[in-house]
Amino acid sequence: MIDNQALDGNAIAGTLAEVFGGDMTTAIGTCGHCGTRGPVAEVVVYRRAPGVVVRCRVCDGLLMVITQVRDVFCVDALGLAELQAPA
Amino acid sequence: MTRITRGFHGRRRPDVDPARVPPGQYVTQDFPVLSAGPTPHGSLDTWSFTIRGQVDQPHTWTFDEFQALPRETVTRDIHCVTKWSKLDTVWTGVSLDTLLDGVETSAEYVTAFSDGGYTTNLPLEDLTGGRAWIAFSYDDEPLHPEHGGPARLLVPHLYFWKSAKWVRGLELQPEDEPGFWEGYGYHNYGDPWREQRYAGD
Amino acid sequence: MLELIEQTARTKSIVFDVPGWGRHRAGQHVDVRLTAEDGYQAQRSYSIASAPEDRHIELTVERIDDGEVSPYLADELLAGDEIELRGPIGGYFAWEEAPGMPVFLVGGGSGIVPLRAMLRHHRATDSAVPVRLLYSARSLDDVIYRDELTAADAGDVRLTLTRRQPAGWTGYGRRVDRELVAEVCWPAPERPLVYVCGPTGFVEAVAGALVSLGHEAARIRTERFGPTGGETP
Ligand SMILES: Cc1cc2nc3c(=O)[nH]c(=O)nc-3n(C[C@H](O)[C@H](O)[C@H](O)COP(=O)(O)OP(=O)(O)OC[C@H]3O[C@@H](n4cnc5c(N)ncnc54)[C@H](O)[C@@H]3O)c2cc1C
Repeated sequence: MIDNQALDGNAIAGTLAEVFGGDMTTAIGTCGHCGTRGPVAEVVVYRRAPGVVVRCRVCDGLLMVITQVRDVFCVDALGLAELQAPA
Repeated sequence: MTRITRGFHGRRRPDVDPARVPPGQYVTQDFPVLSAGPTPHGSLDTWSFTIRGQVDQPHTWTFDEFQALPRETVTRDIHCVTKWSKLDTVWTGVSLDTLLDGVETSAEYVTAFSDGGYTTNLPLEDLTGGRAWIAFSYDDEPLHPEHGGPARLLVPHLYFWKSAKWVRGLELQPEDEPGFWEGYGYHNYGDPWREQRYAGD
Repeated sequence: MLELIEQTARTKSIVFDVPGWGRHRAGQHVDVRLTAEDGYQAQRSYSIASAPEDRHIELTVERIDDGEVSPYLADELLAGDEIELRGPIGGYFAWEEAPGMPVFLVGGGSGIVPLRAMLRHHRATDSAVPVRLLYSARSLDDVIYRDELTAADAGDVRLTLTRRQPAGWTGYGRRVDRELVAEVCWPAPERPLVYVCGPTGFVEAVAGALVSLGHEAARIRTERFGPTGGETP
């Protein structure tokens, strides 16, 4: 079930670039819950929350949570089995 | 280098009593929808509310049973950690004093759990004394799924992430265990008046 | 900010002169940050409507009546004002001229903005790659870049007007569903590269239709603008 509120990885491209130091939308992520592989741009993003919540488009599993605690970004990517930087 | 944007004020009410607004908050007129996942669309026939964990025995109410409990309508200010506050919001629901009445427990902490897997932790004490409700109505209308319907926890004296949407029950626990946002660096207690946004505040 | 151009009753283009702007790619966006006098900040993303070859940076903003940022940009901003832009951002929803399969662009509402940059880039580079746009709007008055898209040299542009069609309308008059995609898009075996952009509900529907028609997911690039507008254009 995709919400109309939900965005995709393009919407957090700026934040990800700040955290990772480069564009991550073309990076390939593998979902640790269902194994789906795909570009970061195609993940489901909930941005209207205390932090940014990133979920798998196929299984809704939690891939990443990004919070900004006192101006410092914290990234938890435990739901990603793998993240391949853009070629 | 932050530059002031000429003429930009945001969507905020200028005419509020500052004494009602916690530090760092801005009063908004509308009701932003916050969520960390898809909105569940379960049926009321299968909805239930459960108090379990360190209790003499689990208590469960169906939606009809729940609706038959004594209800209260309260007007409260709510404060979201994303910096908006909304004043004079009107809710109807069942007080947790009512729900916890007759529950035997030695637990001091609670984890509220929701459809979709969301959790948040609170001291049990904060749910008692007329300070917390399971709300199923907002502004005299059934609580919209976007805002947590059929029912959400309402703990207005803490930041609003503690007021779990789509709540399905409480797990009473002897130890405090961080919930979803608490596990990602948000404050364990979350008192807006002490600006407890992040762990360590 | 140099200039404001009214596109439709609800949409304005904002032309900026950005000192030190590196070259962007067609389809990328910027993050706009507004700061009130008391320090309150709001940030939103806006696609770049201009092609990399254009002289100035252009954004096109649809006013969401109860929104926070878009009414400011569309109604309050004046020529000469300065705002904070960060970008260009995003390498995925971008198209750069290169020989290859045909390119099919599908836009709903303000989702036309990054696709318009791609069309301009296509024209500026005299590209031989076939490009076709399917653009869904509520009515002819809601068509952003209407003059440009309906001009004789606009290229292969197909409009569908979902609410109201003018008398004698010869374009489409229905939602972008599976049948319409099947009719307008190159068939799956030709492996078109597809870009879909617009409100989240619109993008979900179009991407779903493409997949059901056999298009490879890896050839479909999507960008969702959120709930904007609330209804499918
Ligand atoms: C990559 C990207 C590119 C984009 N490009 C463009 C573009 O080129 N042109 C364009 O016009 N737009 C674009 N958008 C959309 C844009 O970023 C804004 O979302 C849009 O302008 C609305 O912003 P706003 O501040 O006016 O409205 P908001 O204040 O964000 O409100 C928008 C709507 O949501 C409701 N709302 C308000 N707060 C909340 C909340 N917390 N939760 C849920 N709903 C809420 C409002 O009632 C309103 O109906 C793009 C978005 C993305 C992600």
